[in-house]
Amino acid sequence: MDNNKKFITGAEVAVQACIDAGAEMMYGYPITPGTEVFTGWIGGGNKYLQTEDEIAAGFSVCGAVMAGQKTFTATAGPGHTLMQDGFSMAEGMRLPFVSIVAQRGGPSSGTVIYSQQEVTLACFGGNGEGMRIVYSPSSLEEVYLQTRLAFNYAWKYRFPSVLLTDGYMLKTRGVVDLDQFKDLENIDSYPLIKEGEVKHWRNIYTFEEELYEELEKQKKDFEKVRDEISEAEEFETTDAEVIVIAHGLVASASKQAIIELRNDNKKIGLWRPITLRPLDDKSLNKVVKGKKKILFIESSMGQCAKLVKDELDPIISIEMEYLYKPAVGIGVDEIKEFINKNI
Amino acid sequence: MISNPAKFCPGCGHPIVLMMLDKVLTDLGLRDKAILGLDIGCSLLAWNYLGLNTFQTHHGRVTPTVVGYKRAKPDSISIGYTGDGGAYAIGIQNLIHAARRDEPVIILVVNNTVYAMTGGQTAPTTLQNQKTTTSPEGVLEVPFFGPELLKNIAHEDAFIARTTVNDPKTCQEYIKKAIETQKAGHFACVEFLSMCPTNWKTKGSDTLNFLENMSTVFKLGEL
Repeated sequence: MDNNKKFITGAEVAVQACIDAGAEMMYGYPITPGTEVFTGWIGGGNKYLQTEDEIAAGFSVCGAVMAGQKTFTATAGPGHTLMQDGFSMAEGMRLPFVSIVAQRGGPSSGTVIYSQQEVTLACFGGNGEGMRIVYSPSSLEEVYLQTRLAFNYAWKYRFPSVLLTDGYMLKTRGVVDLDQFKDLENIDSYPLIKEGEVKHWRNIYTFEEELYEELEKQKKDFEKVRDEISEAEEFETTDAEVIVIAHGLVASASKQAIIELRNDNKKIGLWRPITLRPLDDKSLNKVVKGKKKILFIESSMGQCAKLVKDELDPIISIEMEYLYKPAVGIGVDEIKEFINKNI
Repeated sequence: MISNPAKFCPGCGHPIVLMMLDKVLTDLGLRDKAILGLDIGCSLLAWNYLGLNTFQTHHGRVTPTVVGYKRAKPDSISIGYTGDGGAYAIGIQNLIHAARRDEPVIILVVNNTVYAMTGGQTAPTTLQNQKTTTSPEGVLEVPFFGPELLKNIAHEDAFIARTTVNDPKTCQEYIKKAIETQKAGHFACVEFLSMCPTNWKTKGSDTLNFLENMSTVFKLGEL
């Protein structure tokens, strides 16, 4: 094996990415399947605090980033639900809040390892409009890269950012070449509150119009960076008649299914959102235009499909089929069977 | 240095606490180093009252936010400002653990026995038999003694005390001691018995009598 390649777990990859991103501090609370990010970070001798709950972890991150410290947290499932309290404040105050989220089955305590059921929560949790950046990695390399990007965009544009993954991904051990990312630069953190410069950071407004103005500005800022941040993979889409739309690990399995079906000359392609928020609407509409059918495949009852349908051009009228398996993994054979039935 | 007119109701105790805080920070030359985190409730009205750096937080969440700030900037004077509901009901879990870990932050609790911003509902500190909009027949339970609880779990060098807004000299003295405690690396919590004539529905001397009565229930002094 090459020296710069490592045989490590997704959680170890994520921790390495946080270290390389220049993160100085982590606030966390143990919850499966995200605990290994916390213990891995601690094991590396990094600064941390185990808080009394995810609410405290979230708000401590808010406090730390206002002081200019690159700080993050990691959570999952019901902890992710509690984390929305702090996340919502970060959204309202435009704080560079970074969280790694390991999806597990829901609702409630559900199951502890895997699902794709926290998409809506990560993108739109809280009482706001979802001005957040949400990544969905499909490989260990992407866990690394997207964690780095989550920190960078959080500090560049002050939108809270999430690496939305799951326990399968974090517990998977694989060969990762981190050397390919060695030229990736970090965006520096900076204090939002400075000594000698009196500032009042608010999240509550006296008049409706004040908040309306603030939200209009946020929306404008979010749309302005959409092209820079949003990302999608287009795989074998050019001559495809049918497009599979899947994200995260389900997209990896779908890609493998498509590779195998292409050997049988099946005209099938994959569109994979890499960022769930903001979604790469330009790529999406370019890819699905003129196609016969979209096949949505995901480990939820259509949480990603809802995001995608929301961004489809109104003029696009296209047949859709769904393979929704909430809280369970979806393998290559099952995907092939589903595609064959619908092609 | 007051930067904006107070938005508090006439007769409210909040401006007294805030002015005492402002005076102590000015006297100690710590205005630039100070950060004032604000809980939701009437506390939030302090957001632009003093010419200090401030941030608002959610209800009950000022403690962990100030903890995060202080840990990130150890040379700051990090102060959380909250009401009795924020401190002792929705935020008690965070307050207890900050005290137990001896986080070097100051939590100032303004105790007026009610949730005032929402119109005078029962708080953990509502007195026995006191009527509120959520206890129209009067409260049955014994009130919550926050500083006494914290004293049991806090570090021996933590500063835990209770005073009252009609004793501004002691207010200043305790704020000063809380700052010294933070500088020495320890947790501090000061509770201020305070007035809310709007929700108590009291006038003139009745308001002061209510406050005097509070200090017979909630023991004043350092713990």
